[in-house]
Amino acid sequence: MNHLLFLIPIALGLGLVGLLAFVWSLKNGQYEDLEGAAERIFDEEST
Amino acid sequence: MSCCEATLDNPSSTKDASARLQNLVEERLISSSQKLDKSRYRTRFIVPDMNCAACIGTIERGLADLAPVEQVRANLSMKTVSVTWDSEKGNGNHITHALKGLGYDYHLSSDETSDATEDRQSKRLLLSLAVAGFAAANIMLLSVSVWSGADAETAHLFHLISGLIAVPTVVFSGQPFFHSALRALSAKTLNMDVPISLAVILALGMSIYESLTGGTEAYFDASVTLLFFLLIGRYLDQLMRRKARGAVERLHSLAARGGTLVNKKGKVSHIALADIKPGMKLRVFPGERFPVDGLVTDGISEIDRSHVTGESEHVLTQTGDLVEAGALNLTGLVDIEAQTSAENSFLGEMRKMMEVAEKGRGEYLRVADRMAKIYAPAVHLLALISFVYWMIVTGGDWHTSLYVAIAVLIITCPCALGLAVPVAHVISANRMMNAGILIRDESALERLAEVDMVTFDKTGTLTTNSPVVSRAYNIEHSSVPEIRSLASKSNHPAAKAVCTFLAEKDASPIDRVKEFPGYGIEGLFGSKRVRLGSTAWVSEISKGDISDNENYSVSFTIENELPTHFDIEEKLREDAVSTVRELKALEMDLAVLSGDKIEKVALVCQQLGISDYLSNQKPSQKIEYLNAAQHKGRSVLMVGDGINDAPALAAGHVSMVPASASDVGRYAADFVFIRSSLSAVPQAFKIAKLTSKIVRQNFGIAIAYNCIAVPLAMAGFVTPLFAAIAMSASSILVVANSFRISFQSLRNSEVSGDGTIKLQELKEEIVR
Repeated sequence: MNHLLFLIPIALGLGLVGLLAFVWSLKNGQYEDLEGAAERIFDEEST
Repeated sequence: MSCCEATLDNPSSTKDASARLQNLVEERLISSSQKLDKSRYRTRFIVPDMNCAACIGTIERGLADLAPVEQVRANLSMKTVSVTWDSEKGNGNHITHALKGLGYDYHLSSDETSDATEDRQSKRLLLSLAVAGFAAANIMLLSVSVWSGADAETAHLFHLISGLIAVPTVVFSGQPFFHSALRALSAKTLNMDVPISLAVILALGMSIYESLTGGTEAYFDASVTLLFFLLIGRYLDQLMRRKARGAVERLHSLAARGGTLVNKKGKVSHIALADIKPGMKLRVFPGERFPVDGLVTDGISEIDRSHVTGESEHVLTQTGDLVEAGALNLTGLVDIEAQTSAENSFLGEMRKMMEVAEKGRGEYLRVADRMAKIYAPAVHLLALISFVYWMIVTGGDWHTSLYVAIAVLIITCPCALGLAVPVAHVISANRMMNAGILIRDESALERLAEVDMVTFDKTGTLTTNSPVVSRAYNIEHSSVPEIRSLASKSNHPAAKAVCTFLAEKDASPIDRVKEFPGYGIEGLFGSKRVRLGSTAWVSEISKGDISDNENYSVSFTIENELPTHFDIEEKLREDAVSTVRELKALEMDLAVLSGDKIEKVALVCQQLGISDYLSNQKPSQKIEYLNAAQHKGRSVLMVGDGINDAPALAAGHVSMVPASASDVGRYAADFVFIRSSLSAVPQAFKIAKLTSKIVRQNFGIAIAYNCIAVPLAMAGFVTPLFAAIAMSASSILVVANSFRISFQSLRNSEVSGDGTIKLQELKEEIVR
């Protein structure tokens, strides 16, 4: 069992990475305008 | 109308005055902006008409090129444009002018601060949800290995790790519940959050004690998963509220936020709305709304009185005319003498009427709250009974007793109950949105499902606002071009109907056109007089007599020639007939309350097959009718559109308006349907009905789960594993059941499928 213990910090670390990525995207305003983001791809000039 | 601005600004030179005017307008812009630093501001414009990719592009590019603008960002979900600009680099007016110039109407976002708080709260909730999700997943991972038979030493270690994750999570993510529970307790009441907080905290404390003393059973996973599930429900609830609020913000802001006071020396200054008193002289700039009712003392302008009449036609206003508060000044600068204070103005009176009418509705208790009222005390009682019972049975073994009591609290915790309503409502709101129906009030869905009677307004609701020519007589012998060009000179609905009827035809020049109110319109075609108007008036100059029993809506003639006649009829709104039939099939009682004349109302009702109608109804009478019906135990859905319906809309159990309704009407309503078809009414009802059925089923599932789980918990059979499985299973079941709302077909066809309508809209957007 003991030789598998190193998996625990890895599991926690991966989860934490996901959480931090989410926090970043939230702070970055990625969820501010979901509808607009979907529509913007139709606007040719702005790309 | 540009000439007026120069003549009105009499103090000192014109140039000076116009510069001052510009400054004043900018001052107002700044007063509703967020200050970033010395000269930079962020202003949020609400742009209701922004609805596609093309609009975003047009607005962003159109504003970005302006000198003072640093950054523009359009938000399609909230229908806002946020502009960062520097007042040193240019006047802020350029932004508003440009926005107008691009063809978009805007309001300044009224309460920046309260919106920001709400935004922060929502973000905080989402963050709590994310943290709880992360913790729940990881603790569950550790718990699974404990349950699957890890040896005592590993289990102990895993419990400690779980505890290390759980404690900060509960402290951080549990706050929304703890705060709400504390608020409830300090108000000496109970809400759902009290047992939740109690369960989470007790379970956590107990588990820490267990882990430290080497016990085998810990509820870390239960307390965190509980928070996670409940936060999902809480977040969805908030999402729904924000959506509803967004609609309110878009539709409101009729009232001016202040006025411009002109003192005796001709100097202008800003005055708050509340400080305006009758007799004050006020200046209203183009693009502003009149702050109070007033008498025009100087200036000439076109104003938009659609909030009063429901007519989108602009009215020419000049010295001596009375204007109502809330009317929009469109073209010229106008000075008015205030006739009322803001409180007693037209808008103020309307608001008071609506507030009174809305009182009854405010007392409506939502299903979830009603459940909480019974549920919270019951849970506490059960936990207490278990504790006392086990204390007696085990002869004072407080450890076991407390353990059982906590198990009861956790098991009864309303995961499924907390999700039952929000999930169903969000899914239902989405389905309505797809059908072109916006929800303005959170509890509206529940109220709509209770409806058993529908009352309609006539003009603008059952019929469209513009009448049409149903029949033309003697048209082949008459000179169509003259009719068309004469009709095009008048704004009278009948003239417009004739004009539309002859839209394809040529026009010919007509001189010296004059309107005779109550009779019609007259002009000169060459040397001959031409008239379009009431039959009797027209026949004064036409050839041949018209007998009395001939009854036409409008007639036309050239002097000494044979007249042409038209029958004009109100056009029924799209699908009005099938809607009435459908509502009758749903066993609703239908009634029409109209301010119009009896003949017109009778005609429309006859066409639709509605036998119950009242004509010449004033707003107060409409309220009386609705109140009387509701006293008899009916739940009435009021469908209307004009400002004269607004009090009735507020008085009905629930209300619905077309998007073409007056602003005040939309402000008062619970639902707004954006497509022209009236079929939105039965459709919304059916979706609401389906939602309420699903919500009841969800409650059923939750209660059934409790019926099984609670006795087991009280008997002391519940282990952390059992709690985890039961909690998740009931929640998943409830969510899955709620998703049925989005794809279950409604009886009777659903507006010939959504696809065709969407295609049509897409085409329209491309054309635009």
